[in-house]
Amino acid sequence: MSIDSRPASAGVASPLRSRTSLIVPAAVGVALVVVPLTALLLRADWAALPQHLAAPTVWPAVRLSLVTTTTTVLISLLVGTPLAWLLARATGRAATWLRAVLTVPLVLPPVVGGVALLLAYGRNGVVGAPLDEILGVTIPFTPVAVVLAEVFVAMPFYVVAVEGAMRQVDRRYDALAATLGASPWHTFARVAVPLATPGIAAGAALAWARALGEFGATITFAGNFVGTTQTAPLAVYTALEQDPEAAIALSVVMLTVSVVVLGALRGRWVR
Amino acid sequence: MAGTSGGREGLDAHVVATRGTFGVDVTVRAAPGEVLAVLGPNGSGKTTVLHALAGLLPLEEGHVHVGGRTWAGPQHALDPASRRTGLLLADHLLFPHLTAAGNVGFGPRARGMPGTAVAERVTTELAALGIADLADRRPGGLSHGQAQRVALARALATDPHLLLLDEPLAALDPATRTDVRATLAHRLAAYDGVTVLVTHDPLDALTLADRLVFLESGRVVQEGTPSEVVDRPRSRYVAQVVGLNLYAGNATAVDTVLTALGPVVTPGFAHVGATWVAFAPSAVSLFPERPEGSPRNTWPLTVAAVELLGRLARVRLVDGAGHPVVAEVTAASVTALRLHPGTTVWAAVKASEVTAYPA
Repeated sequence: MSIDSRPASAGVASPLRSRTSLIVPAAVGVALVVVPLTALLLRADWAALPQHLAAPTVWPAVRLSLVTTTTTVLISLLVGTPLAWLLARATGRAATWLRAVLTVPLVLPPVVGGVALLLAYGRNGVVGAPLDEILGVTIPFTPVAVVLAEVFVAMPFYVVAVEGAMRQVDRRYDALAATLGASPWHTFARVAVPLATPGIAAGAALAWARALGEFGATITFAGNFVGTTQTAPLAVYTALEQDPEAAIALSVVMLTVSVVVLGALRGRWVR
Repeated sequence: MAGTSGGREGLDAHVVATRGTFGVDVTVRAAPGEVLAVLGPNGSGKTTVLHALAGLLPLEEGHVHVGGRTWAGPQHALDPASRRTGLLLADHLLFPHLTAAGNVGFGPRARGMPGTAVAERVTTELAALGIADLADRRPGGLSHGQAQRVALARALATDPHLLLLDEPLAALDPATRTDVRATLAHRLAAYDGVTVLVTHDPLDALTLADRLVFLESGRVVQEGTPSEVVDRPRSRYVAQVVGLNLYAGNATAVDTVLTALGPVVTPGFAHVGATWVAFAPSAVSLFPERPEGSPRNTWPLTVAAVELLGRLARVRLVDGAGHPVVAEVTAASVTALRLHPGTTVWAAVKASEVTAYPA
């Protein structure tokens, strides 16, 4: 409508109108994100916030979330870092396929992930059944299940971020380290990891944030038991029916934590 | 500790390897303490040979023996970490997260040397290169020349039996290059392993190397001591590197060789058959008309380019079929003969200035 063949100087109205036609959809986009966040802040009862946070279900949920998300990040660091390094240096079809498989949880509905986890580690699951029979260990509805669910959805974020950072490490460093006598492990630990540290930190923060927000896979696979599997997001969802003020208070806390994490990332590792 | 078993038997390698669609088949040998320069135009396979020696590229055939040990042979090949090589590239590639000392100590540490011994080794090596004061600097705080010295220290700190230098001075500015070349020459004189120096700079080769190997298209075209090569180049590339005019020819009768330029008179040359004919650019005189008199080789040529080098001028000429001749004349004769691209002149070379040798 406002794009025509006349040069911009032909009329002042034309560029103005064309800019308006961009600003309107952009503003709608902003509103769709900002309005809910503002609503949360507006409706929060700030004076009574400490009191609401003292509700009996809040602290166990926060503590469980802290423990499980930290464990998830540690597992990602321990197994995800070597995996990312191998993928960063891998060539060939197998690596391409592996990369694709590892990316699935990024796009999979978390509930489906929960169902998959149940079929794997559930009491009648592929791994869960023999585990129960031989060792008498059951995983579902325990904090271990929460961690498994969080690792399933969050570690791929970590691996993708760290692999990207490690691909940026000049391959000639690998060759040089090898001629200096470094084993593949030494090269990984002393060259790849130090040079990819910003990426590792960013990946860890991303994975942690994703694990903190995990809902679908957790509630499907681990259940929603106060103190054992009810993480902060599950507590918010549950509290919304019985104690909405506590739900709002907990939501504000999680919003704050997310913004702090984002801020730390922006300052150092994300432009 | 340096070079305890220092490659006493030197280097003996036959490298057959392929990178992409390009193959090399090259034999290189060097005695302990010797510096072998590998020269060749871009894409001649110099770096491929170096990578194969380091174990970064597998051999298809052949072998690599260093210091009496087999690094690669028909049955097995050691991985790069198990070979005792030091590698230095044009780009210093110092680990940016480590100090100079950390970089130099990386190799000894990776090979399991205890911490105090590493610190001692690092200090010795940095001192040997005159850069002890840089130990605590990070690569970001070093000049190019300093960084390249630290990289050399890193390559030598593992006491390699084979030191591989890939265009080590190519990325430096001319002034720094002279300095680092001097450091390199000094340090290599005290090094008892074999050094393989890949370069395209004849000055590096002539000042640092004991022997030269020229590669073209993945094959050795000539090898020998610098003076042998300078006296008798055997390919156009080699001739260009050492600054001679060189023509392949056929000696049909005593004193005459048929070349692309025409018959060349070479008194006293009795060989019959394939022959190289060489003469220096300074042996070429230029005349406006065909010169008369003494036994000269004369050709009518066209000027292609003129370069002034101080009081001398390098004149590139071509004959009717495009065969090149380089002449070195005084700047005064450039003016007198009005030499500029397109000028037609007669070039003359005294028969006594022509070297001929069997191909």
